[in-house]
Amino acid sequence: MELCSFLTLDSFITDPLTHDFMRKALLMSSLVAAVCGFLSSYLTLKGWALMGDAVSHSVMPGVVVAYALGLPFSLGAFIFGVGSVALIGFIKQKSRVKEDTVIGLVFTGFFALGIVLVSKIKSNIDLHSILFGSPLGISLSDVKQTIFISLLVVILLSIFRKDLMLYCFDPRHAKTVGINVFFLHYLLLTCLSLAAVVGLQSVGIILVVAMLITPGATAYLLTDKFDNMTVISVLSAIISSLIGIYVSFWFDLETGGSIVLAQTFIFLFAFLFAPRYGIFKLKKLFAGYK
Amino acid sequence: MESINYQNFRIDAENICVDYNGKVALYDANLRLKPGQICGLVGMNGAGKTTFFNALTGFVNISKGKIRINGESLRSAQTDQVIAYVPQNEGIDSQFPISVWDVVMMGRYGSMNIFRSPRESDIQAVKDAIERVDLTDHLSTPIGNLSGGQRKRTFLARAIAQRASILLLDEPFSGVDIRTEKLISELFIQFKNEGKTILLSTHDMIHVREFCDLVLLINKTVVAYGETSEVFTPENITTTFGGISPDFLFGPES
Repeated sequence: MELCSFLTLDSFITDPLTHDFMRKALLMSSLVAAVCGFLSSYLTLKGWALMGDAVSHSVMPGVVVAYALGLPFSLGAFIFGVGSVALIGFIKQKSRVKEDTVIGLVFTGFFALGIVLVSKIKSNIDLHSILFGSPLGISLSDVKQTIFISLLVVILLSIFRKDLMLYCFDPRHAKTVGINVFFLHYLLLTCLSLAAVVGLQSVGIILVVAMLITPGATAYLLTDKFDNMTVISVLSAIISSLIGIYVSFWFDLETGGSIVLAQTFIFLFAFLFAPRYGIFKLKKLFAGYK
Repeated sequence: MESINYQNFRIDAENICVDYNGKVALYDANLRLKPGQICGLVGMNGAGKTTFFNALTGFVNISKGKIRINGESLRSAQTDQVIAYVPQNEGIDSQFPISVWDVVMMGRYGSMNIFRSPRESDIQAVKDAIERVDLTDHLSTPIGNLSGGQRKRTFLARAIAQRASILLLDEPFSGVDIRTEKLISELFIQFKNEGKTILLSTHDMIHVREFCDLVLLINKTVVAYGETSEVFTPENITTTFGGISPDFLFGPES
């Protein structure tokens, strides 16, 4: 019976929608994916993949402490996210250790602190859901917070869309024409911390960096226009989330992992078949190719 | 004692020092340029040319000294977009997904509203600038598909669109084709006639003799500064390049 209904595409898509938790998971994950995908364009062009990894891991103790104190977890995550970057900058400036070493050192330190805190605080924190995400078990207060943060990030990115593009492309020119580069730097960091917070609900802390870089990298292979890159990045992120959740529902797989795997497969597809930058350059397969 | 009217100088850098985490990159450097002057910045790699540019654009903070632009602070020069910086080709990410039009439009950002939505006047300025560097056929070409010379012209167009009165050019002639070189030298003459002030770094000694009224020889600090005909001597050049004779640098003919 289960298998029969599974065979039609129609029920493959509609059956899960009869469950309230699935509708919620699909909606929230799409929203989160859109936010992360939007930001992803900037992070991949700025070369902040490692920074994204650092911030997303560093938010861990913030989330734990916020839960323990009954504060919004986004607040704790935000403080530790931005704090980690400040600390990275400080250590880099004051020591002779190279930047990538400092980044690795700081974020693993914060992450370890988070894990230790979870074992000590022993409240109702579910370590598994923080590490691996739990889009299917998202609570109502989390939904509200996620929507609020997502809207905030989207509004900020939309307002400063062009300034951030300039900041990623040529910060010196930005500075020369009187644009506040310091502000843009911290704006991007703030958005990164906030996106990491909402992203970790979908796929968890360990994999959230994928949400922040893979869609952007995929889009980068498919276009030479910045605006198109943003659109493709957002779309590929949303589609990956939907695929991931459906697949995890039908095959009983870890949801976060499925979402990220879907993103990785889309990236691989672009890597192989992108019209201009893919290995096989799909365009050449068609007769009209000049 | 006669007081100096700083407004006469487009650029007035007085005893500026720059250090990166305690490592001195430039010290006690002075430079005064008036409208319509073209000055060559000559020195070895690591002599502080880029640092000098960074200081003048405000991209790094000076640890000592003073910079006045048209007699005003650097901050107000930034707000008024007086200075335009044309980067070295190596200094930009040529794979960035952005078109010629978008790059040149960035020259207008400083005077636009917060959303950077172009007005009619901005669009016209960008069109004119692109026409002056002869890239009208490449408006929507991604910069990754341009040649080195075309990319250099794109950034020159950005400086033109910005309507800056001071142009800082980092190696404007390196890695460009003959056509671009000719176009850039023609533009320099036009800029000079428009009263713009130009500071350009170059490795090519012939270009210095050809375009530069003044030359600034540096090696962490100013080795010599003045009229090209007076200052650009084999002795000074030898000192600037750490004892390497100009014969070796230019070949025996010069």
